[in-house]
Amino acid sequence: MADAISHARGGARAVLDGPDINRALIRISHEILERTKGGENVVLLGIPTRGVHLAHRLAAHIRQFEGRSVPVGSLDVTMYRDDLRLRPARALGRTELPADGIDGRLVVLVDDVLYSGRTVRAALDALNDLGRPQAVQLAALVDRGHRELPIRPDYVGKNLPTSKAESVKVYLEENDGRDAVLLLKEEDGR
Amino acid sequence: MRRHLISAADLSRDDALLILDTADELAKISERSIKKLPTLRGRTVVNLFFEDSTRTRISFEAAAKRLSADVINFSAKGSSVSKGESLKDTALTLEAMGADAVVIRHSASGAPHRLAGWVRGSVVNAGDGTHEHPTQALLDAFTMRRRLGSLEGRRVAIVGDVLHSRVARSNVLLLATLGAEVTLVAPPTLFPVSVGSWPCEFSYDLDAVLPKSDVVMMLRVQRERMNAAFFPTEREYSRRYGLDRDRVARMPDHALVMHPGPMNRGMEIAAEVADSPRSTIVEQVANGVTARMAVLYLLLGGAELGGEN
Repeated sequence: MADAISHARGGARAVLDGPDINRALIRISHEILERTKGGENVVLLGIPTRGVHLAHRLAAHIRQFEGRSVPVGSLDVTMYRDDLRLRPARALGRTELPADGIDGRLVVLVDDVLYSGRTVRAALDALNDLGRPQAVQLAALVDRGHRELPIRPDYVGKNLPTSKAESVKVYLEENDGRDAVLLLKEEDGR
Repeated sequence: MRRHLISAADLSRDDALLILDTADELAKISERSIKKLPTLRGRTVVNLFFEDSTRTRISFEAAAKRLSADVINFSAKGSSVSKGESLKDTALTLEAMGADAVVIRHSASGAPHRLAGWVRGSVVNAGDGTHEHPTQALLDAFTMRRRLGSLEGRRVAIVGDVLHSRVARSNVLLLATLGAEVTLVAPPTLFPVSVGSWPCEFSYDLDAVLPKSDVVMMLRVQRERMNAAFFPTEREYSRRYGLDRDRVARMPDHALVMHPGPMNRGMEIAAEVADSPRSTIVEQVANGVTARMAVLYLLLGGAELGGEN
């Protein structure tokens, strides 16, 4: 995976590097604290795999700025997807909720790339089966547009105008050995 | 994954681990207050049972329903099958009803294999004659993995009527794939002739095998199949091959006692052993639903595989 970055063929363009990603996450943490008045009731739920890493990083920043530990969980949406019949069955990711659950909490969903909005729709369905949050917000590292559903993010790291022929690939240290966001011309990224 | 699950031998190591990992995630569903996923909405699963087996049938039924599939239960008794309809005609009927998966239990070994040639949907073997019962092996492996961690290098003793047991055969095949060492223990009369070709060891002496076993799986003595003199008396069988408190004391402290059910208490397993904390018998039932959900999801949850079979 990491090789793909160093040997990025013609057409691949680095959009964000490590420090950029870090700055974006710091800003989002501040925005979350500001909009939720100190983050008191917040639960961060990352969508596997990279959304979970991002959620943990946001929580670390929030702890640093506010001295508050925000619970972090992961929410796998595979079983709720609307495109299951279009591809072979895929392996499930982890769903782990914080011990106190999500009832009455302000849930911030965290994902790496926001595109059609279908993943978020699936996540909302999954949340529905797991409890009743007081409110749900959405944070995405990259918003590449082309929404197919009436869904909009509350916190965005970078707005990235793309064409549908392009794909956006997010690499994170925890998963891929380095931080980067690439824009690829080929359509094989996702 | 292939399209059908007919034999435990169909599963590669990767397939088997994928099913077990999927089951691990699905196990959390049964702890939630809403035990239902929309994944198989609009799909139809037919439980085609030519032999009575309430517990296997309701286990598959619960699994399919938790994934939101529509379930049709078809039992042979009182149906056209008892009027002489052939398996093939039944298959064509199911096909016409749009069954996406057929779960079949049949007294004839090989019936699921035949059925797979006639229907477009997936076929899941829920026990065919004395041949195989792959989802039972999966739920057993899942239970062992939850209690013991990895199965690599673990020693499993399977004790009792190996001759008539599809559970034993499927377990031997799957556990070998997963890297466990299996020893079959039975009186000489209850070993099948072909057993020499199975990937496992054999013993007639339960007491010699017990101290080095991580898992002891007791098989049911199938009284209904004891039509010949396989052993002198039930009492003698019980004394040589029954699992009682003294024998359990000779097992390692971490070792598990398993039984696929239904049990003959006092025959192959003593009641106090069956109810002891190291017995996983009740857990196996719950894990059965989970393991079958994983199988149904992986067979039906994606696109029809076309060329990728």
